[in-house]
Amino acid sequence: MIGFLFSAVAVLILCGIAVAGVWALDLKVLFGVIIPYAAIITFFAGLVYRVLDWARSPVPFAIPTTCGQEKSLSWIKPNKVDNPTTSGWVILRMAFEVLTFRSLFRNMKLDYREGPKIRYSSEKFLWLFAIMFHYAFLVVLIRHARFFLEPIPGALVVLEHLDGFMEVNLPFLGLGLPAMQLSGLLLLGGVSLLLLRRIVIPQVRYITLASDWFPLFLIIGIALTGALTRYVVRVDVVSIKEMAMGLATFHPVVPDGISVWFYVHLFLVCVLFAYFPFSKLMHLGGVFLSPTRNLPNNTRERRHINPWNYPVKTHDYHEYEDDFREKMIEAGLPVEKEMSEPEPEAPVAEGAEEEDK
Amino acid sequence: MAAKTPSPEVVGQVDHHPPRKGWMDTKPEFKPGNYLYAAQPQNLEGVGLANPRTWNPLDDDWQLPADWKGTVREGIAERLQRYRSFKLFMDICVRCGACADKCHFFIGSGDPKNMPVLRAELLRSVYRGELKTAGKILGKMAGGRKLTEDVIKEWFYYFFQCTECRRCSVFCPYGIDTAEITIMARELLNLLGCNIDWIAGPVNNCFHNGNHLGLQPHTFKENVEYLLDDIEEYVGVKIEPTFNRKGAEILFITPSGDVFAEPGIFTFMGYLMLFEHIGLDYTWSTYASEGGNFGFFTSHEMMKRLNAKMYHEAKRLGVKWILGGECGHMWRVVHQYMDTMNGPADFLEMPINPVTGTVFNNASATKMVHITEFTADLIKNDKLNLDPSQNDHLTVTFHDSCNTSRGMGLLEEPRYVMNKVCNNFVDMAPQVTRENTFCCGSGSGLNAGEYLEMRMRGGLPRANGVKRVHEDKGANMLACVCAIDRAVLTPLMEYWVPDVDCCGVSELVGNALVMEGQGEREYNLRGEENPSYVPPPEPEEPEGEGEAEAGEEGAE
Ligand code: SF4
Ligand code: SF4
Repeated sequence: MIGFLFSAVAVLILCGIAVAGVWALDLKVLFGVIIPYAAIITFFAGLVYRVLDWARSPVPFAIPTTCGQEKSLSWIKPNKVDNPTTSGWVILRMAFEVLTFRSLFRNMKLDYREGPKIRYSSEKFLWLFAIMFHYAFLVVLIRHARFFLEPIPGALVVLEHLDGFMEVNLPFLGLGLPAMQLSGLLLLGGVSLLLLRRIVIPQVRYITLASDWFPLFLIIGIALTGALTRYVVRVDVVSIKEMAMGLATFHPVVPDGISVWFYVHLFLVCVLFAYFPFSKLMHLGGVFLSPTRNLPNNTRERRHINPWNYPVKTHDYHEYEDDFREKMIEAGLPVEKEMSEPEPEAPVAEGAEEEDK
Repeated sequence: MAAKTPSPEVVGQVDHHPPRKGWMDTKPEFKPGNYLYAAQPQNLEGVGLANPRTWNPLDDDWQLPADWKGTVREGIAERLQRYRSFKLFMDICVRCGACADKCHFFIGSGDPKNMPVLRAELLRSVYRGELKTAGKILGKMAGGRKLTEDVIKEWFYYFFQCTECRRCSVFCPYGIDTAEITIMARELLNLLGCNIDWIAGPVNNCFHNGNHLGLQPHTFKENVEYLLDDIEEYVGVKIEPTFNRKGAEILFITPSGDVFAEPGIFTFMGYLMLFEHIGLDYTWSTYASEGGNFGFFTSHEMMKRLNAKMYHEAKRLGVKWILGGECGHMWRVVHQYMDTMNGPADFLEMPINPVTGTVFNNASATKMVHITEFTADLIKNDKLNLDPSQNDHLTVTFHDSCNTSRGMGLLEEPRYVMNKVCNNFVDMAPQVTRENTFCCGSGSGLNAGEYLEMRMRGGLPRANGVKRVHEDKGANMLACVCAIDRAVLTPLMEYWVPDVDCCGVSELVGNALVMEGQGEREYNLRGEENPSYVPPPEPEEPEGEGEAEAGEEGAE
């Protein structure tokens, strides 16, 4: 629980820093230009560094986790997705994993009762929340491209239309709000449910570290300040676009009249980007590199090479025979070398051995 | 020996709620029945492992080597550089908890550190606290902690409370395989001389004598001969296999446990009968008389050292290819490691079934075929004379071994064979079979007598699956394709589901085989009267007598 408080407070402090910096100290260039650039550079450099760093360690053994029938006899149907033997099928397996969270979809819950009577029921909530959150995040991210592109590409406009499904309903309420975004709603919903799950399920709460709470609070902070700027404070979109275009074209400008709430939003986003490469959020890159998923299960068909395979001390047959020669001969087991002493040896065994040869 | 194991009623009461205290502040309690005996010094010395000494996990002072912290730190760093799996798995876990209730040891013990994610965190926290800047500075807030002797004790306790079954890996969205982390942790513990004797002993035996049991060549042969006598008595067929024979077409290797103890020996008899039935040109080796590999439970290096025997012997004997018996972790090693470590097997030939002509393309590099693949091929091509009604008193269900399921994918072959050699086969629920299968609870070298309580706990989910199919569908025989399973599922069933017995698939094959020149099959391979045996029709004066005599002759 200390981690929980620590993270929540940390995010509040971050908001405070932005408010103080922009509002009280008027450090708009710092918060509007320098920090965003620094964050983006950290993000990309860090991402590349981390992935390369992982990739630097070799994969000495092919250890896919097989989740279906192997390819063996021609008349037994293999499960090509969950037990792939070719790169093509591996790519499909990975695609399912990355795009549909297939492994999470398998999830089932333990139901342990007196007896003991143990059952497992399907449990799709984690999968659902995760899918909700990740796809919503993706859409929100793409939608933000409207600030950096001029003219706004048609595809983006279409996406915005699809996303803004609640547009029609709201005027009834007479609030005159801009179109509600489905993606934003799902993002906030997804991340809140993921947080709730961590609080409510005792085992999950028990394993949660500060570094798990923190990104959740951070993203909630981002979503809330984002919603605030869009629906409540009604920031000046034109100025923001001017600023964004400036950043994108490397001619940064800091227009006046942008709400401090926007700076808070921006600052939290910057923190997220800068924090990303050093955190568990790197699962984004890691999922592609996981040797239990991204290798074909064809190790008896094709030799996998271990780049650092070194010679080891073994106990070879000759050492073994030296240890046991006499007993082996007595037992009628064939040997490579006869006993050194010119002793008459078990004649029956010898005969049997000759026959074998 | 260990303390008495509490009754199933007591053991079955498991509370899965974590305690109030955070996991970094709790320590394991070493109690009889829940920890394993320390490795004897001579077993470490025999294979040159570090820090041989006499010690006991209950001791306060574990006599760790000087600068053990440096050893562990360097050990971690070295493994991070060598294994992408390890490095990645240290970094990308999001602690979503999907794996938490998938581990049989968590289900059976309720101990939160048996949740795969926390098991991994035991090592991950040290990785952060000792090797990562953020963890070094922020400590607990960054999930880091320092190396202490208590951490080593905790590692010993929990990394020898993981059977490397990979069930957690199936459910993890990034495929994080806690077995892989356990493998690394055990390597680190071995650098300090903290192995368990049930692993170190077999390793030392296997290295010097060729098999885990330490059977010397003549004893191995004698043991097989006992089984041949039994076959002669119960089946009425005399079989004379060869040992260490050069020029045989095939080398057969299987775990040594099956030549020694019930019910594995009945599976062994099944092999002997099958090969006789089809007239296979094969040989046994007393040097490579172990299919299993407890080196795998020690370190990658030790796995390679022990596994080297297989190719070494195949080459010396000049066989064309290798056939492997029923075993779980042996097949993980053969399938995923052997060729990489000790190959290429270019001195062997493409495995072809000499009876059916089937080319085993799936083993074209390793040149080693699984007995169940082999048997399934024989049956499919109608090469076996089978009488499945010999198994009619059995309703057979199947335990998928972790390693062959999640590290290979051998799922349908055994089912096909069982359906052909028995008339009553029923599967357990899909949540507990195939890739979802539950471990026997004693794998990866944990099948020691002193560990019985923990094994019964770890085996509970498996037993529960059997119990259900026993109650709902009348299953009374649990078949498997693993030697450790055969040895441990028997006591597990006695404990949780006493009406169900355990056997190997090849035992069922052996009982169903109609051997040329066989006698009356009144007895099964266990020497028990076979309830499914149907005596031949009442003798009609002259012919009847003749038949009976013929039967008796055959039995001689
Ligand atoms: S399922 Fe994977 S990511 Fe989730 S807690 Fe377990 S190991 Fe970590
Ligand atoms: S590998 Fe098996 S025993 Fe080990 S943590 Fe995972 S589920 Fe548990």
